[in-house]
Amino acid sequence: MPAIGAALDNGKTEEPYWKRIFSGFEKSQEWMRDTKPDVAIIVYNDHASTFSVEMIPTFALGCAAEFPPADEGWGPRPVPVVQGHPALASHIAQSVILDEFDLTICNKMEVDHGMTVPMNLLFGKVEKHGHWPCPVIPLAVNVVMYPPPTGHRCFMLGRAIRKAVESYPDDLKVVIFGTGGLSHQISGPRAGLINSKWDKNFLDNLSGNPQKLVRIPHIDYMREAGAEGIEMVMWLIMRGALDEKVDEVYRFYTVPASNTAVGHIILTNRGRGGGRKSAAKAAAKSKRPAGKLKRAAARARVERIRG
Amino acid sequence: MARERHDYDDIPGTFVFDAERSRQGYGINMFCMSLMKDDNRKAFKANEAEYLKKFGLTREQTDAILKRDYNRMLELGGNIYFTAKLGATDGHSFQHLAALMTGSTQQDYAAMMLGGGRSIEGNRSRSGKNAPSKHLGAAGRGKSAAGNRKAKSKRSPQSKTRSAKRK
Repeated sequence: MPAIGAALDNGKTEEPYWKRIFSGFEKSQEWMRDTKPDVAIIVYNDHASTFSVEMIPTFALGCAAEFPPADEGWGPRPVPVVQGHPALASHIAQSVILDEFDLTICNKMEVDHGMTVPMNLLFGKVEKHGHWPCPVIPLAVNVVMYPPPTGHRCFMLGRAIRKAVESYPDDLKVVIFGTGGLSHQISGPRAGLINSKWDKNFLDNLSGNPQKLVRIPHIDYMREAGAEGIEMVMWLIMRGALDEKVDEVYRFYTVPASNTAVGHIILTNRGRGGGRKSAAKAAAKSKRPAGKLKRAAARARVERIRG
Repeated sequence: MARERHDYDDIPGTFVFDAERSRQGYGINMFCMSLMKDDNRKAFKANEAEYLKKFGLTREQTDAILKRDYNRMLELGGNIYFTAKLGATDGHSFQHLAALMTGSTQQDYAAMMLGGGRSIEGNRSRSGKNAPSKHLGAAGRGKSAAGNRKAKSKRSPQSKTRSAKRK
C-alpha cells in the first residue's frame, strides 16, 4: 500500500508495472461513481501513525467531524482532509456498544495510507484542495499486534454495524470497505510470501460462503497467508455487514504490487423483493476490500455495470 | 524470562509481534516512532548511540539497531511497521529492507516478487506441518476445492443470466 500510494502521488500510474495494477480499479471507480454513496464506512488498519505501541485499541471508531491525513515521516499524503459523519458514527457507536462490542471512540484521529490509498483506488485521484466524494467513518482495527480480533468477532461486528445503519433515522446509501492485505509477509526471513491459491479461495468463499471463513484460526492465516496476511480478518467486518447471499459485481487480483498481492472484490446485496430498502452492498478490495451496505437503492446502477 | 511457547513459533522465518514482544520492544518501537519528526532524525544521525539512550533499550536492542540487524530487532520486540521508519531514515526503500531480512540481494528479491513471490510450498512449518490449511485448502486438491469450483461455475452464469434478464 505505501508503494501504491507513492506511485499515485508521484504520477507513476501510467508506467507499465503500475498500470497493470491501477487499471484493475477502473471498473470499480466507475461503479463507485455510479453508486454515489452518501457515506463510506472504511475498515482499515493504522500503520504506526495514529496509534503507536502506547495504546492499541482493538476496534476504534472515528466519530470526529474530520480526519487529517497523518504525517507518516515523509509529510502527509497530498490528499484532502477526510470529512467524517459524526451523527451516524455516534449512532453506530451507541448501537454496537449496546450490542456488546466494546469500541474505542476517537473524537480526534489522523488517518494514514491504510485508509487514504484504498480511497484513492476506489474514488480516483482527488487533488489536495479538492473534496472526497462522500463523508467517511473510519474503523481502525488492530491487526498489527497479535492477537487481532478473531474472524468471527469481525463478522459479528459487521452485522452489528449493519443493524446500526438500518436503525439510523435518515435513509442513507452506505458503502462499507474492508481493507488490508490478501496474502503477504513483509517481515523476517520469510518476507515476500504470496499464496495466490489461498487468496483465490478466500475470495470465492467471501462471495459465496462466508461462514466457511469465520472460523479460520489466526495460525492458519499467519502460516498460509503470511504474518501480515492476518489483516484479511478485516474483510470479514465488511462481509458481516452484507446479506448472507450477495452478488459479486467485480473482482480483480494481481501479483505483485511491490511486496504484496493486491486485489479487490465488489459485493452487493441482492434486492429484497425489489423494495427500495434493498440493503447492503459490498465492495471489497484487497490490500483492501470494499464492501457496501446500503439502505436506499442503487440497484439500477449496479445492473448497468453488470450488463 | 523465557518466552512463552506458541503455536505460531512453528512458522519458519517469522517473528510474530505478539503482546509479549509489544511490551519487550516498547523502546525499539517508540524510538522508531520518534523518527517521524525531522529534528529527531537529524539528532539520531548526528550521534546514534547517544540518541538511543533516551529509549530504555537493552544492550542487545541497542546493538541490533546500531547494526541495522532488522531480524534481530523483530526478535527483540520491534515491529516491521515501526522498524521500516528506521529504514526510511537511512534512505532505503522497503524492498531494500525486505532483501536484508531475507538474506537476498535487492535485485534477487525484486525478481522473486515479479515471479509471483515466495512460494508457500516448503514454507509452512518448521516441524513438517506441510499440509495446506483444512479451512482453506489449496485449490485443485481435496473436497473443498472441488466444492469451490462448483460454486464458482454456478455463480457466474447465474449473474450473467440475471443481468441479461434485466436488460
